[in-house]
Amino acid sequence: MGFEKFGRKSFTAVTKTAKFVDFLAEGKVEGTVCKDCGARFFPPRADCAKCFSKSMDWFEMPKKGKLETFTTAYYAPFGFEADPPYTMGVVDFGGGLKLFARLAKEIKPDEIKVGMDVIIRPFKYDDNQLSFEIAKG
Amino acid sequence: MKKDVAVIGVGQSSFVRGYEGSIRELAFEAFREAMQDAGITQKDVDASVFCSAPEYDKQRSPAGVLAEYLGLIPQPTFYVESVCSSSSTGVKVGYSMIKSGLHDVVVVLGFQKMSEITSAESQERMGRGADIQWEAPFGTMMPAYYALYAQAYMAKHGLTHDDLMGVRLKSSTYGVINERAVYRKAVKPGDFKQGDPEAKLAGPVAWPLRVGDCCANADGSSCIILADAKKAKSLSKKPVWILGIGAASEAVNMAARPDFTKGLSVGYGAAAEAYRMAGITSKDIKVAEVHDCFTIAEIMAYEGLGFAPAGEGKQLIREKATYKDGKMPVNVDGGLLSKGHPIGATGGSQIRTIVLQLRGEAGPMQVPGGPDIGLVHNIGGVGLYGNVTIFGRG
Repeated sequence: MGFEKFGRKSFTAVTKTAKFVDFLAEGKVEGTVCKDCGARFFPPRADCAKCFSKSMDWFEMPKKGKLETFTTAYYAPFGFEADPPYTMGVVDFGGGLKLFARLAKEIKPDEIKVGMDVIIRPFKYDDNQLSFEIAKG
Repeated sequence: MKKDVAVIGVGQSSFVRGYEGSIRELAFEAFREAMQDAGITQKDVDASVFCSAPEYDKQRSPAGVLAEYLGLIPQPTFYVESVCSSSSTGVKVGYSMIKSGLHDVVVVLGFQKMSEITSAESQERMGRGADIQWEAPFGTMMPAYYALYAQAYMAKHGLTHDDLMGVRLKSSTYGVINERAVYRKAVKPGDFKQGDPEAKLAGPVAWPLRVGDCCANADGSSCIILADAKKAKSLSKKPVWILGIGAASEAVNMAARPDFTKGLSVGYGAAAEAYRMAGITSKDIKVAEVHDCFTIAEIMAYEGLGFAPAGEGKQLIREKATYKDGKMPVNVDGGLLSKGHPIGATGGSQIRTIVLQLRGEAGPMQVPGGPDIGLVHNIGGVGLYGNVTIFGRG
């Protein structure tokens, strides 16, 4: 248990990577790194498909990256009706590490550009659900 | 030309909002037409494959139920799923069943009754066709995923909203004349005018995609009957042969996608494999059906299939090259944008269109010049799965 606390609404309760949520509570966004072959993963994985190791460590994600792409949703799926409009995007940190998340509400739509400098940070919803978000760099 | 497995019958229900019947009755519509088209009875069929995306209707394990209703028991039957590409995956499975020598005649039936749930529920189901652990918690849905591709692509390649509208205008040209399409109203540029309350297609869904850039949910069924060479020749006067099949998969999470400006990698991968198997190139294709679930998807498909160089897909729309009388007719039945997209039925519907085109039976949508080779490009999820199938006239 524990992973039901992730995101606006989680569809997964049990995962071996549930510690991710504990890190969010501590103010950290972490990925996993294979102790045997050094492969790094985001989103986190419990198992390494490169070398079949189940031995993983956590590492803190880079904070600064570039916004590779984004979209603003004006409709929402069932269960998210209170949220629109909201913007989601992909951040590229280089070195093969990327991340998908919502953008912080404070960023005005006309400020958002492909390629802009961004940071990532943990984020807590009013109902104490834990997530992370993309903010201006 | 390889002649191992042929399509000997095709059928499709009308694609509608709110089909007044259950899934077994919906399945019967396409099945009846395909069986009558092939001129065979259930005794000639020795296996069936059913295809849909789960969680729209309530029936679990639908294959047995539908096989019984269609009169296809006690022959073996089972269920195949790859979301929006389910029925082209079903055709690949049917091809393999025949090529292996296990079966001679196989029915592949795709169906979807999306109207059993609301549009918001449907968006949630489709969003859960992607990464439920790490992405759905952000409130993802299909238009938003494709909009991520559109945004990056437009920024790099100078693709404009007018170009996207051009895809919809082409689609509408044929939707108007396709009696099986759900959206048959003519679309005009004014329907996309920003700030005009009368412009029904201009409103943002997931920016940069607008209402008019998105296909509609629909209820529908499709049926493709496959046969080995011997049966095809004895049963059918007009077999259409499967010349090439390619398929590919891609990482589900957007964080693992290599480049949003290059389109869907599965489109490129599946096309390369299908062309190789058929021993042809994109230049040999005379008519194509591509997966235009969103306008941007058609532009990206042009490039994945080699109809246009990377970043230049927009030229085909600007030059009207993909209209019926153009050099590379694409989706001249209205595509998903006008026909509607009943998930599990879509691939079979695309295949039906190409088979009718190659037989010269496409009516007002017929491409001139007697096309002899056609292609179907069917994508599942956000480029999670891709199937490209090439067909040839006998």
